[in-house]
Amino acid sequence: MADERKKVTLTIDGIQVEAYEGEMVLEAARRAGIDIPTLCYHPAIGPIGSCRVCVVEIENGKGLPASCVTPVREGIVVRTNTDAVREARRTVVELILASHPQDCLSCERNGKCELQDLAMRLGIREARFRREKEHKESDTSSAALVRDMDKCILCGRCVSVCGEVQNVAALGFAYRGTDAMVTPMFERGLADSKCVSCGQCARICPVGAIYEKEEWQKVAELINDPDLHVVVQVAPAVRASIGEEFGIPAGTPVTGKLATALKRLGFDAVFDTQFTADLTIMEEGTELLERLKTKGPLPLITSCSPGWIRYAETFHPEFVPNLSSCKSPQQMMGAIIKTYYAEKTGIDPDKIVSVSIMPCTAKKFEASRPEMDASGYRDVDFVLTTRELAKMIRQAGIRFQDLPDGEFDAPLGISTGAGTIFGVTGGVMEAALRTVYEIVTKKPLGKIEFSEVRGLDGIREAEVDLGGTKVRVAVAHGLSNANKLLTHIKETGEHYDFIEVMGCPGGCIMGGGQPRSMDPDIAMKRAAALYTEDRGMELRKSHENPAVVRLYEEFLKKPGSDVAHRLLHTTYEGAEEAAEVSRKEAM
Amino acid sequence: MASEVAAKHPKPDTVCGECKCQGNLHDDRFDKLQDIIDKYKDQAGSLIPVLHEAQQLFGCLPEDVQVFVAKGLGIPESEVYGVVTFYSLFSLKPKGKWTISVCLGTACYVKGAADCMEELKKELGCDVGGTSEDGLFTLEGVRCVGACALAPVAVIGDTVYAKVKPEDIKGILAEFVEANSTEARAS
Repeated sequence: MADERKKVTLTIDGIQVEAYEGEMVLEAARRAGIDIPTLCYHPAIGPIGSCRVCVVEIENGKGLPASCVTPVREGIVVRTNTDAVREARRTVVELILASHPQDCLSCERNGKCELQDLAMRLGIREARFRREKEHKESDTSSAALVRDMDKCILCGRCVSVCGEVQNVAALGFAYRGTDAMVTPMFERGLADSKCVSCGQCARICPVGAIYEKEEWQKVAELINDPDLHVVVQVAPAVRASIGEEFGIPAGTPVTGKLATALKRLGFDAVFDTQFTADLTIMEEGTELLERLKTKGPLPLITSCSPGWIRYAETFHPEFVPNLSSCKSPQQMMGAIIKTYYAEKTGIDPDKIVSVSIMPCTAKKFEASRPEMDASGYRDVDFVLTTRELAKMIRQAGIRFQDLPDGEFDAPLGISTGAGTIFGVTGGVMEAALRTVYEIVTKKPLGKIEFSEVRGLDGIREAEVDLGGTKVRVAVAHGLSNANKLLTHIKETGEHYDFIEVMGCPGGCIMGGGQPRSMDPDIAMKRAAALYTEDRGMELRKSHENPAVVRLYEEFLKKPGSDVAHRLLHTTYEGAEEAAEVSRKEAM
Repeated sequence: MASEVAAKHPKPDTVCGECKCQGNLHDDRFDKLQDIIDKYKDQAGSLIPVLHEAQQLFGCLPEDVQVFVAKGLGIPESEVYGVVTFYSLFSLKPKGKWTISVCLGTACYVKGAADCMEELKKELGCDVGGTSEDGLFTLEGVRCVGACALAPVAVIGDTVYAKVKPEDIKGILAEFVEANSTEARAS
């Protein structure tokens, strides 16, 4: 489709640049190959214009405007590398450094810090200014995230992503001047705020002010304990991104290398969360068919994304009865490891340590929820993010980029392409449709790919014909889109049968635990990696997974059975209150 | 809305627990707050005027009030908190009946305002920004009230005290305490 926006021509550093009306000078310059330095700017959020690092000179203009919030105009002449510009940028960064701790060597972001990079790039070689800031204890109240407010540079990225992209607004600016800070209301801990643990703040923080609660060093220790059987599972989205941490181009799936790396790290068994993604489809598909039959609470809404679950519990409790009772694939895998796997191998579940590698910070919160222990043991003992696994691999001296391809262990490492696409928005829906269609119609699916639920539009809808029954489905990703969809349903009463929600914009591929990236096309590249992976799989429908079929034969009996319900399903906060309300309404 | 308020404050005399509002968080104040919110609801930039009137109503802006305003206007609690803490005219804690503003501008300072401030702290038993135990006085420091010829200056309520000396403090405070008890007897 041709872009119909009006074009303007401007001059940047002597180069004629064409740009679209409404574009900012920064974007136009970057397209022309001029990389204006930035600090508060991030492609995942709108421009903020607070840090003043991207200042430029505009001929006949006043002062030095910030290029990230200065729209292009016909004929303007921009200079990005004058003495005045360089001096201003350097001073701005020096002033930020003045109240920033100088403990880079022991910082979580050492070597991967945007402020560090900027100081180096601007040629700052001495600390000209120093301001003693009152030390604040780090907030470690959350199971997922740590906030170190000594490190915060008040750029506002986290406030923007939390409020505008995720519609949570747990974080905000408070006080002013030298007292200004980013904080939840009344300086509470994150655990006592409305934070849903999605970790988008941690994914885009330029410095070490917000990051995941790290557990990788503990896991590295436990692997070496001969009395323990340490088992790992790895989520689909991790294979689409971890290569980036080792210089492999974004969008390259690295499944084989990932399996090899986990084995070399010394895990006793290496399993694939895609196995339980397939299992989720069996359970959730059955639940959908049941609810379609009994008309009982529709739409059914997916429950794989723990940030989304927390959001629903906190902000939309009226939709809690609509949530699928299925645990997420991570928790299902944990429960199966400590029961079926323990039984099969004859290992005491008490000696099994269940570790998961997730693109997500909310998964840490999910694993810590008290109800996640139906087997008598914690489903999952440790959750590491993709970034944490990369640290572990680096520490172990494993050259990831050079690894040969390996394979996951049977039986819980066997999966289908349907499980793979769980990592991208629309993927759970597509996987469910592939299976539900065949169960209902008893006919093989002609076209396996449901392109109507793919893509990165915030909300997507489709009508699917299940052998005569028309089913209305919708997909939303990013919590403000979820909010939009739910509000629309509440206001208009529009009917949907099945809704997929992923808490992060783009789905798990852009989860809060994923490698940080400034590439504006990163979501598209990672999504492509998963779709390529799916296309290359022999089996692409969950119900065809032979290991899942066997699990039902040997252990679970059938989808939705009593034992499946006990181990693989869960309950939510507010469910009883919601039931109470609907009882009253019925009276 | 009223039922929600009642649920939060089942008895009219319930203390909110977050501030010293002396158990005055009655239902009807939240009903009035709802009226204020309704008045401004559909206007852009309504948060500050709502907070302003809410503070007049409650004496301060404790958490309950902020949460109520956030919900009423459909904006995040963290944003309300951000605005309340940004502007010094909003207060999280209840203020005393009278605010004592001690001028700490250059002229007053060299004329001994700091000593007066110390004396006030001692007499009131609170720090700058704090409120005396009896709830009568809130102590504040201000930068120049524009009456340098009268330095050092303190403003209590609407009354300006000129050329204040530390030894005057006790007597000045006594006038207000006396006025307060007279008022109490009259009612």
